[in-house]
Amino acid sequence: MSWLTDVWIPLIKAAVIVLVLLVAGAYATWAERKICARFQVRYGPNRAGRFGLLQPLADAVKAIFKEEIVPNHVDRVLYVIAPGISFAAVLITFAVIPFGPEISLFGQKVGLWIGDVNVGLLYLLAVAGLGAYGVVLGGWSSNNKYSLLGALRATAQMISYELPMGLALLAVVLINGSLSLRQIVESQGSWPLAMLQPVGFLVFLIAILAEGNRSPFDLPETENELVSGFMTEYGGMKFALYYVAEYAAMVVNGAITATIFLGGWKWPAVLSDLHPLVGVALFVAKIVLMVFVFVWIRASLPRVRYDKFMQFCWKFMVPLALLNLAVTAVVLAVVA
Amino acid sequence: MIREVLTGLYHLLRAMGVTLRYFFTRPVTVQYPKERVKLYPRFRGRHELLRYEEGPNLGLERCIGCALCAAYCPTQCIYVQAGENKDGVQRSPGERYAEVYEINLLRCMFCGYCEEACPTGAIVLRREFALADYSRECLIYTRDRLLQPAEPHAIILDDQEQG
Repeated sequence: MSWLTDVWIPLIKAAVIVLVLLVAGAYATWAERKICARFQVRYGPNRAGRFGLLQPLADAVKAIFKEEIVPNHVDRVLYVIAPGISFAAVLITFAVIPFGPEISLFGQKVGLWIGDVNVGLLYLLAVAGLGAYGVVLGGWSSNNKYSLLGALRATAQMISYELPMGLALLAVVLINGSLSLRQIVESQGSWPLAMLQPVGFLVFLIAILAEGNRSPFDLPETENELVSGFMTEYGGMKFALYYVAEYAAMVVNGAITATIFLGGWKWPAVLSDLHPLVGVALFVAKIVLMVFVFVWIRASLPRVRYDKFMQFCWKFMVPLALLNLAVTAVVLAVVA
Repeated sequence: MIREVLTGLYHLLRAMGVTLRYFFTRPVTVQYPKERVKLYPRFRGRHELLRYEEGPNLGLERCIGCALCAAYCPTQCIYVQAGENKDGVQRSPGERYAEVYEINLLRCMFCGYCEEACPTGAIVLRREFALADYSRECLIYTRDRLLQPAEPHAIILDDQEQG
Protein backbone atom coordinates (compact mmCIF):
# COMPACT_ATOMS: atom_id res chain seq x y z
CA MET A 1 0.00 0.00 0.00
CA SER A 2 1.30 3.38 -0.88
CA TRP A 3 0.09 6.50 0.85
CA LEU A 4 -0.10 8.45 -2.38
CA THR A 5 -2.23 6.15 -4.50
CA ASP A 6 -4.34 4.61 -1.77
CA VAL A 7 -5.01 7.53 0.52
CA TRP A 8 -4.12 10.95 -0.82
CA ILE A 9 -5.37 10.66 -4.38
CA PRO A 10 -8.79 9.22 -3.42
CA LEU A 11 -9.05 11.85 -0.69
CA ILE A 12 -8.35 14.68 -3.09
CA LYS A 13 -10.77 13.23 -5.61
CA ALA A 14 -13.43 12.91 -2.92
CA ALA A 15 -12.88 16.48 -1.76
CA VAL A 16 -13.17 17.79 -5.31
CA ILE A 17 -16.31 15.78 -5.92
CA VAL A 18 -17.93 16.99 -2.73
CA LEU A 19 -17.18 20.61 -3.59
CA VAL A 20 -18.41 20.20 -7.14
CA LEU A 21 -21.57 18.50 -5.94
CA LEU A 22 -22.26 21.28 -3.45
CA VAL A 23 -21.92 23.92 -6.12
CA ALA A 24 -23.86 21.80 -8.58
CA GLY A 25 -26.63 21.32 -6.05
CA ALA A 26 -26.81 25.05 -5.39
CA TYR A 27 -26.88 25.81 -9.07
CA ALA A 28 -29.43 23.11 -9.71
CA THR A 29 -31.82 25.25 -7.67
CA TRP A 30 -31.00 28.15 -9.94
CA ALA A 31 -31.40 25.98 -13.02
CA GLU A 32 -34.72 24.68 -11.83
CA ARG A 33 -36.10 28.13 -11.11
CA LYS A 34 -34.77 29.49 -14.37
CA ILE A 35 -35.92 26.62 -16.58
CA CYS A 36 -39.26 26.33 -14.83
CA ALA A 37 -39.74 30.05 -15.35
CA ARG A 38 -39.07 29.76 -19.05
CA PHE A 39 -41.60 26.95 -19.31
CA GLN A 40 -44.09 29.34 -17.71
CA VAL A 41 -43.05 32.19 -20.05
CA ARG A 42 -41.35 34.12 -17.23
CA TYR A 43 -37.75 35.22 -16.69
CA GLY A 44 -37.08 33.59 -13.33
CA PRO A 45 -34.46 35.00 -10.95
CA ASN A 46 -32.58 37.79 -12.72
CA ARG A 47 -31.86 40.34 -10.02
CA ALA A 48 -28.77 38.89 -8.30
CA GLY A 49 -25.95 39.03 -10.80
CA ARG A 50 -26.20 38.49 -14.53
CA PHE A 51 -29.02 36.06 -15.37
CA GLY A 52 -29.52 35.72 -11.61
CA LEU A 53 -26.34 33.66 -11.45
CA LEU A 54 -25.59 34.86 -7.91
CA GLN A 55 -29.04 33.83 -6.70
CA PRO A 56 -27.82 30.60 -5.00
CA LEU A 57 -25.24 32.70 -3.15
CA ALA A 58 -27.89 35.18 -2.04
CA ASP A 59 -30.13 32.33 -0.92
CA ALA A 60 -27.27 30.78 1.04
CA VAL A 61 -26.48 34.06 2.79
CA LYS A 62 -30.12 34.46 3.66
CA ALA A 63 -30.39 30.92 5.02
CA ILE A 64 -27.25 31.30 7.12
CA PHE A 65 -28.49 34.48 8.76
CA LYS A 66 -31.85 32.97 9.61
CA GLU A 67 -32.42 32.18 13.26
CA GLU A 68 -31.89 28.53 14.03
CA ILE A 69 -35.19 27.46 15.47
CA VAL A 70 -35.68 24.07 17.07
CA PRO A 71 -39.33 23.70 18.07
CA ASN A 72 -40.03 22.52 21.61
CA HIS A 73 -41.88 19.36 20.76
CA VAL A 74 -39.26 17.80 18.48
CA ASP A 75 -36.83 15.00 19.14
CA ARG A 76 -33.80 17.26 19.22
CA VAL A 77 -31.03 14.91 18.19
CA LEU A 78 -32.80 13.32 15.27
CA TYR A 79 -34.29 16.63 14.24
CA VAL A 80 -30.84 18.13 13.87
CA ILE A 81 -29.08 15.24 12.20
CA ALA A 82 -31.85 14.23 9.79
CA PRO A 83 -31.01 16.85 7.13
CA GLY A 84 -27.39 15.83 7.45
CA ILE A 85 -28.28 12.21 6.76
CA SER A 86 -30.18 13.22 3.65
CA PHE A 87 -27.30 15.31 2.49
CA ALA A 88 -24.59 12.77 3.25
CA ALA A 89 -26.51 10.01 1.50
CA VAL A 90 -26.61 12.10 -1.65
CA LEU A 91 -22.92 12.94 -1.50
CA ILE A 92 -21.69 9.39 -0.97
CA THR A 93 -23.76 8.16 -3.89
CA PHE A 94 -21.25 9.74 -6.19
CA ALA A 95 -18.44 7.61 -4.76
CA VAL A 96 -18.94 4.82 -7.29
CA ILE A 97 -19.89 6.88 -10.33
CA PRO A 98 -17.08 7.09 -12.88
CA PHE A 99 -16.92 10.48 -14.54
CA GLY A 100 -14.06 9.91 -16.90
CA PRO A 101 -11.47 7.42 -18.13
CA GLU A 102 -8.09 6.73 -16.56
CA ILE A 103 -5.71 9.62 -17.12
CA SER A 104 -2.09 10.17 -16.29
CA LEU A 105 -1.44 13.15 -14.08
CA PHE A 106 2.15 14.09 -13.15
CA GLY A 107 3.28 10.63 -14.25
CA GLN A 108 0.71 9.03 -12.02
CA LYS A 109 -2.15 6.94 -13.37
CA VAL A 110 -5.35 8.43 -11.98
CA GLY A 111 -8.78 7.01 -12.65
CA LEU A 112 -11.53 9.59 -12.83
CA TRP A 113 -13.67 7.84 -10.29
CA ILE A 114 -13.43 7.67 -6.53
CA GLY A 115 -14.00 3.98 -6.03
CA ASP A 116 -14.34 1.29 -8.67
CA VAL A 117 -16.40 -1.03 -6.50
CA ASN A 118 -17.22 -4.38 -8.05
CA VAL A 119 -20.72 -4.18 -6.55
CA GLY A 120 -21.25 -0.58 -7.62
CA LEU A 121 -24.87 -1.05 -8.61
CA LEU A 122 -25.74 -2.66 -5.29
CA TYR A 123 -24.01 0.23 -3.55
CA LEU A 124 -26.13 2.70 -5.50
CA LEU A 125 -29.34 0.96 -4.50
CA ALA A 126 -28.25 0.70 -0.89
CA VAL A 127 -27.32 4.37 -0.63
CA ALA A 128 -30.52 5.37 -2.36
CA GLY A 129 -32.30 3.52 0.42
CA LEU A 130 -30.23 5.40 3.00
CA GLY A 131 -31.38 8.70 1.62
CA ALA A 132 -34.91 7.85 2.63
CA TYR A 133 -33.72 7.71 6.26
CA GLY A 134 -33.06 11.43 6.26
CA VAL A 135 -36.59 12.05 5.13
CA VAL A 136 -38.18 9.55 7.48
CA LEU A 137 -36.22 10.64 10.53
CA GLY A 138 -36.88 14.29 9.74
CA GLY A 139 -40.58 13.62 9.48
CA TRP A 140 -40.68 11.45 12.57
CA SER A 141 -38.61 13.67 14.85
CA SER A 142 -40.58 16.79 13.89
CA ASN A 143 -43.48 15.37 15.88
CA ASN A 144 -45.97 16.96 13.55
CA LYS A 145 -48.82 15.30 11.71
CA TYR A 146 -47.92 16.62 8.31
CA SER A 147 -44.28 15.73 8.71
CA LEU A 148 -45.15 12.24 9.85
CA LEU A 149 -47.49 11.70 6.92
CA GLY A 150 -44.79 12.92 4.57
CA ALA A 151 -42.30 10.56 6.14
CA LEU A 152 -44.71 7.64 5.92
CA ARG A 153 -45.27 8.39 2.28
CA ALA A 154 -41.54 8.51 1.70
CA THR A 155 -41.10 5.01 3.12
CA ALA A 156 -44.07 3.51 1.31
CA GLN A 157 -42.99 5.19 -1.88
CA MET A 158 -39.43 3.98 -1.49
CA ILE A 159 -40.47 0.36 -1.20
CA SER A 160 -42.67 0.75 -4.24
CA TYR A 161 -40.19 2.36 -6.57
CA GLU A 162 -37.06 0.52 -5.51
CA LEU A 163 -38.50 -2.79 -6.63
CA PRO A 164 -39.07 -1.90 -10.29
CA MET A 165 -35.84 0.09 -10.23
CA GLY A 166 -33.89 -2.90 -9.02
CA LEU A 167 -35.56 -5.12 -11.59
CA ALA A 168 -34.76 -2.68 -14.38
CA LEU A 169 -31.15 -2.56 -13.25
CA LEU A 170 -31.07 -6.36 -13.09
CA ALA A 171 -31.64 -6.48 -16.84
CA VAL A 172 -28.66 -4.15 -17.23
CA VAL A 173 -26.59 -6.48 -15.10
CA LEU A 174 -27.69 -9.43 -17.25
CA ILE A 175 -26.43 -7.69 -20.36
CA ASN A 176 -23.15 -6.57 -18.83
CA GLY A 177 -22.43 -9.48 -16.56
CA SER A 178 -20.97 -7.00 -14.09
CA LEU A 179 -22.11 -4.82 -11.23
CA SER A 180 -19.20 -2.43 -11.60
CA LEU A 181 -20.33 0.92 -12.90
CA ARG A 182 -16.99 1.46 -14.59
CA GLN A 183 -17.44 -1.70 -16.60
CA ILE A 184 -21.04 -0.81 -17.38
CA VAL A 185 -19.92 2.53 -18.79
CA GLU A 186 -17.05 1.11 -20.76
CA SER A 187 -19.28 -1.48 -22.39
CA GLN A 188 -21.46 1.28 -23.84
CA GLY A 189 -18.90 2.60 -26.31
CA SER A 190 -20.93 2.01 -29.46
CA TRP A 191 -24.46 2.51 -28.22
CA PRO A 192 -25.97 3.48 -24.91
CA LEU A 193 -27.96 0.96 -22.92
CA ALA A 194 -31.10 3.07 -23.26
CA MET A 195 -31.28 1.83 -26.85
CA LEU A 196 -30.86 -1.81 -25.88
CA GLN A 197 -33.19 -1.49 -22.91
CA PRO A 198 -35.88 1.05 -23.82
CA VAL A 199 -38.46 -0.43 -21.47
CA GLY A 200 -35.93 -0.81 -18.68
CA PHE A 201 -34.84 2.77 -19.25
CA LEU A 202 -38.41 4.01 -19.01
CA VAL A 203 -39.08 2.10 -15.79
CA PHE A 204 -35.79 3.31 -14.36
CA LEU A 205 -36.54 6.90 -15.32
CA ILE A 206 -39.89 6.80 -13.55
CA ALA A 207 -38.32 5.18 -10.51
CA ILE A 208 -35.48 7.69 -10.37
CA LEU A 209 -37.99 10.55 -10.49
CA ALA A 210 -39.67 9.04 -7.44
CA GLU A 211 -36.30 8.45 -5.82
CA GLY A 212 -35.37 12.11 -6.08
CA ASN A 213 -38.80 13.13 -4.75
CA ARG A 214 -39.26 14.88 -8.03
CA SER A 215 -42.58 15.92 -9.44
CA PRO A 216 -44.85 14.17 -10.48
CA PHE A 217 -43.88 11.85 -7.61
CA ASP A 218 -42.96 14.42 -4.94
CA LEU A 219 -45.49 12.89 -2.60
CA PRO A 220 -43.50 13.26 0.66
CA GLU A 221 -43.79 17.04 0.38
CA THR A 222 -47.02 17.61 -1.56
CA GLU A 223 -47.49 21.21 -0.52
CA ASN A 224 -51.21 21.23 -1.25
CA GLU A 225 -52.07 18.52 1.27
CA LEU A 226 -49.07 18.24 3.63
CA VAL A 227 -47.85 21.85 3.85
CA SER A 228 -44.25 20.86 3.13
CA GLY A 229 -44.43 17.24 4.21
CA PHE A 230 -41.38 16.12 6.15
CA MET A 231 -39.79 19.59 5.91
CA THR A 232 -42.68 21.44 7.53
CA GLU A 233 -40.89 22.07 10.84
CA TYR A 234 -37.54 22.96 9.32
CA GLY A 235 -36.20 26.43 8.77
CA GLY A 236 -32.99 28.31 8.22
CA MET A 237 -29.87 26.37 7.41
CA LYS A 238 -31.43 22.98 8.22
CA PHE A 239 -34.08 23.60 5.64
CA ALA A 240 -31.41 24.80 3.23
CA LEU A 241 -29.55 21.55 3.81
CA TYR A 242 -32.63 19.51 2.86
CA TYR A 243 -33.12 21.76 -0.08
CA VAL A 244 -29.58 21.47 -1.37
CA ALA A 245 -29.65 17.74 -0.71
CA GLU A 246 -32.74 17.46 -2.86
CA TYR A 247 -31.17 19.37 -5.71
CA ALA A 248 -27.82 17.65 -5.40
CA ALA A 249 -29.83 14.44 -5.52
CA MET A 250 -31.30 15.65 -8.78
CA VAL A 251 -27.80 16.12 -10.18
CA VAL A 252 -26.64 12.77 -8.80
CA ASN A 253 -29.71 11.02 -10.16
CA GLY A 254 -28.97 12.60 -13.52
CA ALA A 255 -25.43 11.25 -13.21
CA ILE A 256 -26.70 7.76 -12.34
CA THR A 257 -29.06 7.73 -15.29
CA ALA A 258 -26.32 9.03 -17.57
CA THR A 259 -23.88 6.41 -16.30
CA ILE A 260 -26.10 3.38 -16.52
CA PHE A 261 -28.33 4.12 -19.49
CA LEU A 262 -26.82 6.95 -21.52
CA GLY A 263 -23.27 5.62 -21.76
CA GLY A 264 -21.69 7.86 -19.13
CA TRP A 265 -18.51 9.48 -20.36
CA LYS A 266 -17.93 6.72 -22.93
CA TRP A 267 -20.71 7.05 -25.50
CA PRO A 268 -20.21 8.02 -28.27
CA ALA A 269 -16.78 6.43 -28.22
CA VAL A 270 -15.72 8.29 -31.37
CA LEU A 271 -15.72 11.50 -29.36
CA SER A 272 -14.62 10.26 -25.96
CA ASP A 273 -11.59 8.51 -27.42
CA LEU A 274 -10.20 11.86 -28.56
CA HIS A 275 -9.26 13.13 -25.13
CA PRO A 276 -10.22 12.16 -21.57
CA LEU A 277 -11.62 15.65 -20.99
CA VAL A 278 -14.02 15.22 -23.90
CA GLY A 279 -15.33 12.19 -22.05
CA VAL A 280 -15.83 14.24 -18.89
CA ALA A 281 -17.55 16.96 -20.92
CA LEU A 282 -19.85 14.35 -22.47
CA PHE A 283 -20.72 13.11 -19.01
CA VAL A 284 -21.46 16.61 -17.74
CA ALA A 285 -23.54 17.35 -20.83
CA LYS A 286 -25.60 14.23 -20.17
CA ILE A 287 -26.14 15.25 -16.55
CA VAL A 288 -27.27 18.69 -17.66
CA LEU A 289 -29.61 17.07 -20.16
CA MET A 290 -31.07 14.82 -17.47
CA VAL A 291 -31.54 17.77 -15.09
CA PHE A 292 -33.30 19.61 -17.85
CA VAL A 293 -35.55 16.60 -18.45
CA PHE A 294 -36.35 16.40 -14.72
CA VAL A 295 -37.34 20.05 -14.63
CA TRP A 296 -39.21 19.69 -17.91
CA ILE A 297 -41.24 16.85 -16.47
CA ARG A 298 -41.94 18.88 -13.36
CA ALA A 299 -43.08 21.82 -15.43
CA SER A 300 -45.35 19.64 -17.55
CA LEU A 301 -47.01 16.93 -15.51
CA PRO A 302 -49.34 17.26 -12.54
CA ARG A 303 -48.60 15.37 -9.34
CA VAL A 304 -49.86 11.80 -9.15
CA ARG A 305 -52.25 10.94 -6.37
CA TYR A 306 -50.60 8.91 -3.63
CA ASP A 307 -52.65 5.70 -3.93
CA LYS A 308 -52.52 5.89 -7.72
CA PHE A 309 -48.76 5.98 -7.57
CA MET A 310 -48.67 2.93 -5.32
CA GLN A 311 -51.00 1.10 -7.66
CA PHE A 312 -48.96 2.16 -10.63
CA CYS A 313 -45.74 0.93 -9.06
CA TRP A 314 -46.99 -2.41 -7.84
CA LYS A 315 -49.49 -3.32 -10.52
CA PHE A 316 -47.78 -1.93 -13.55
CA MET A 317 -44.12 -1.11 -13.09
CA VAL A 318 -43.15 -4.27 -11.24
CA PRO A 319 -44.78 -6.65 -13.77
CA LEU A 320 -43.39 -4.59 -16.62
CA ALA A 321 -39.89 -4.67 -15.18
CA LEU A 322 -40.22 -8.42 -14.57
CA LEU A 323 -41.36 -8.96 -18.13
CA ASN A 324 -38.49 -6.85 -19.37
CA LEU A 325 -36.09 -8.92 -17.29
CA ALA A 326 -37.53 -12.19 -18.61
CA VAL A 327 -37.40 -11.05 -22.21
CA THR A 328 -33.84 -9.81 -21.78
CA ALA A 329 -32.81 -13.12 -20.25
CA VAL A 330 -34.42 -15.14 -23.05
CA VAL A 331 -32.94 -12.99 -25.78
CA LEU A 332 -29.50 -13.17 -24.19
CA ALA A 333 -29.79 -16.96 -23.85
CA VAL A 334 -30.83 -17.31 -27.49
CA VAL A 335 -28.11 -15.00 -28.77
CA ALA A 336 -25.34 -16.46 -26.67
CA MET B 1 -54.01 -2.85 -21.96
CA ILE B 2 -51.03 -2.32 -24.25
CA ARG B 3 -53.10 0.05 -26.34
CA GLU B 4 -54.02 2.00 -23.21
CA VAL B 5 -50.39 2.25 -22.17
CA LEU B 6 -49.27 3.40 -25.59
CA THR B 7 -51.98 6.05 -25.90
CA GLY B 8 -51.14 7.21 -22.38
CA LEU B 9 -47.48 7.46 -23.27
CA TYR B 10 -48.33 9.27 -26.49
CA HIS B 11 -50.41 11.83 -24.64
CA LEU B 12 -47.74 12.32 -22.00
CA LEU B 13 -45.19 13.01 -24.70
CA ARG B 14 -47.58 15.37 -26.46
CA ALA B 15 -48.12 17.25 -23.21
CA MET B 16 -44.36 17.54 -22.81
CA GLY B 17 -44.20 18.82 -26.37
CA VAL B 18 -46.69 21.55 -25.58
CA THR B 19 -44.65 22.77 -22.62
CA LEU B 20 -41.44 22.54 -24.63
CA ARG B 21 -42.95 24.82 -27.24
CA TYR B 22 -43.54 27.42 -24.54
CA PHE B 23 -39.96 27.02 -23.36
CA PHE B 24 -38.82 28.58 -26.60
CA THR B 25 -41.19 31.53 -26.56
CA ARG B 26 -40.20 34.91 -25.19
CA PRO B 27 -41.18 35.65 -21.59
CA VAL B 28 -44.18 37.94 -21.33
CA THR B 29 -42.89 39.52 -18.12
CA VAL B 30 -42.60 43.30 -18.13
CA GLN B 31 -39.50 44.28 -16.14
CA TYR B 32 -41.45 47.06 -14.47
CA PRO B 33 -39.28 49.97 -13.48
CA LYS B 34 -37.14 49.44 -16.56
CA GLU B 35 -39.86 48.57 -19.04
CA ARG B 36 -43.42 49.80 -18.85
CA VAL B 37 -46.75 48.81 -20.16
CA LYS B 38 -48.37 51.40 -22.36
CA LEU B 39 -51.19 53.18 -20.60
CA TYR B 40 -54.52 53.29 -22.37
CA PRO B 41 -55.69 56.70 -23.60
CA ARG B 42 -58.51 56.81 -21.09
CA PHE B 43 -56.43 55.59 -18.18
CA ARG B 44 -57.45 57.27 -14.92
CA GLY B 45 -54.63 58.00 -12.50
CA ARG B 46 -54.15 60.51 -9.75
CA HIS B 47 -56.30 63.66 -9.61
CA GLU B 48 -55.10 67.12 -10.48
CA LEU B 49 -56.70 70.52 -9.97
CA LEU B 50 -56.27 72.60 -13.09
CA ARG B 51 -55.70 76.30 -13.64
CA TYR B 52 -56.78 78.35 -16.63
CA GLU B 53 -54.03 78.20 -19.19
CA GLU B 54 -55.31 80.92 -21.49
CA GLY B 55 -57.91 83.65 -21.81
CA PRO B 56 -58.82 86.41 -19.36
CA ASN B 57 -58.57 84.11 -16.33
CA LEU B 58 -55.05 82.97 -17.13
CA GLY B 59 -53.38 81.47 -14.09
CA LEU B 60 -56.48 81.39 -11.90
CA GLU B 61 -57.75 78.19 -10.33
CA ARG B 62 -60.63 76.58 -12.16
CA CYS B 63 -62.14 75.24 -8.95
CA ILE B 64 -64.85 77.46 -7.52
CA GLY B 65 -65.42 75.38 -4.38
CA CYS B 66 -68.94 74.25 -5.34
CA ALA B 67 -68.34 70.77 -3.86
CA LEU B 68 -70.36 69.03 -6.56
CA CYS B 69 -67.52 66.54 -6.89
CA ALA B 70 -67.77 65.73 -3.20
CA ALA B 71 -71.51 65.28 -3.53
CA TYR B 72 -71.16 63.05 -6.53
CA CYS B 73 -68.28 60.94 -5.22
CA PRO B 74 -69.47 57.35 -4.65
CA THR B 75 -66.91 56.67 -1.95
CA GLN B 76 -67.14 60.14 -0.40
CA CYS B 77 -63.45 60.56 -0.44
CA ILE B 78 -63.48 64.23 -1.42
CA TYR B 79 -63.78 67.01 1.09
CA VAL B 80 -64.22 70.60 -0.09
CA GLN B 81 -64.45 73.70 2.03
CA ALA B 82 -65.02 76.88 0.08
CA GLY B 83 -63.57 80.27 0.93
CA GLU B 84 -64.41 83.78 -0.36
CA ASN B 85 -62.19 85.59 -2.77
CA LYS B 86 -61.63 88.78 -0.86
CA ASP B 87 -59.09 91.46 0.04
CA GLY B 88 -58.23 91.81 -3.61
CA VAL B 89 -56.75 88.32 -3.82
CA GLN B 90 -58.47 86.59 -6.71
CA ARG B 91 -57.75 82.86 -6.66
CA SER B 92 -60.55 81.76 -8.94
CA PRO B 93 -62.74 83.63 -11.42
CA GLY B 94 -65.93 83.39 -9.30
CA GLU B 95 -66.75 84.59 -5.79
CA ARG B 96 -65.45 81.52 -4.06
CA TYR B 97 -62.52 79.17 -4.30
CA ALA B 98 -61.58 75.89 -2.63
CA GLU B 99 -59.97 76.83 0.65
CA VAL B 100 -59.61 73.20 1.61
CA TYR B 101 -59.64 70.48 -0.96
CA GLU B 102 -58.76 66.97 0.15
CA ILE B 103 -58.97 63.65 -1.61
CA ASN B 104 -58.46 60.49 0.37
CA LEU B 105 -56.72 58.28 -2.20
CA LEU B 106 -57.04 55.28 0.09
CA ARG B 107 -60.79 55.38 -0.49
CA CYS B 108 -60.84 56.70 -4.01
CA MET B 109 -61.64 54.07 -6.62
CA PHE B 110 -60.66 56.24 -9.58
CA CYS B 111 -64.10 56.11 -11.17
CA GLY B 112 -63.76 59.63 -12.57
CA TYR B 113 -67.24 60.78 -11.53
CA CYS B 114 -65.74 63.93 -9.95
CA GLU B 115 -64.46 64.81 -13.40
CA GLU B 116 -67.97 64.47 -14.79
CA ALA B 117 -69.58 66.42 -12.00
CA CYS B 118 -67.23 69.41 -12.15
CA PRO B 119 -68.91 72.38 -13.86
CA THR B 120 -65.64 74.16 -14.61
CA GLY B 121 -63.51 71.18 -15.56
CA ALA B 122 -61.24 71.85 -12.63
CA ILE B 123 -60.61 68.33 -11.43
CA VAL B 124 -59.24 65.74 -13.82
CA LEU B 125 -57.73 62.30 -13.41
CA ARG B 126 -54.26 62.27 -14.83
CA ARG B 127 -51.91 59.42 -15.59
CA GLU B 128 -49.82 59.03 -12.45
CA PHE B 129 -50.35 55.58 -10.97
CA ALA B 130 -47.36 54.83 -8.71
CA LEU B 131 -48.95 56.19 -5.56
CA ALA B 132 -47.47 54.06 -2.78
CA ASP B 133 -46.42 55.91 0.35
CA TYR B 134 -45.30 55.31 3.90
CA SER B 135 -48.31 56.46 5.89
CA ARG B 136 -52.04 56.85 5.59
CA GLU B 137 -51.77 60.60 6.12
CA CYS B 138 -49.51 60.90 3.10
CA LEU B 139 -52.26 59.49 0.92
CA ILE B 140 -54.77 62.19 1.83
CA TYR B 141 -53.90 64.60 -0.93
CA THR B 142 -54.42 68.23 -0.04
CA ARG B 143 -55.03 71.27 -2.20
CA ASP B 144 -51.39 72.21 -2.64
CA ARG B 145 -50.47 68.75 -3.79
CA LEU B 146 -53.37 68.50 -6.20
CA LEU B 147 -53.03 71.93 -7.73
CA GLN B 148 -51.29 72.27 -11.03
CA PRO B 149 -48.40 72.27 -11.64
CA ALA B 150 -48.17 69.16 -9.55
CA GLU B 151 -44.87 67.45 -9.41
CA PRO B 152 -45.07 63.72 -10.08
CA HIS B 153 -45.25 61.82 -6.83
CA ALA B 154 -42.98 59.03 -7.92
CA ILE B 155 -41.18 57.67 -10.94
CA ILE B 156 -43.22 58.67 -13.95
CA LEU B 157 -41.95 58.94 -17.44
CA ASP B 158 -42.94 61.71 -19.78
CA ASP B 159 -43.83 59.39 -22.61
CA GLN B 160 -46.83 58.23 -20.61
CA GLU B 161 -48.43 61.62 -20.81
CA GLN B 162 -49.03 60.98 -24.49
CA GLY B 163 -50.52 57.55 -23.91
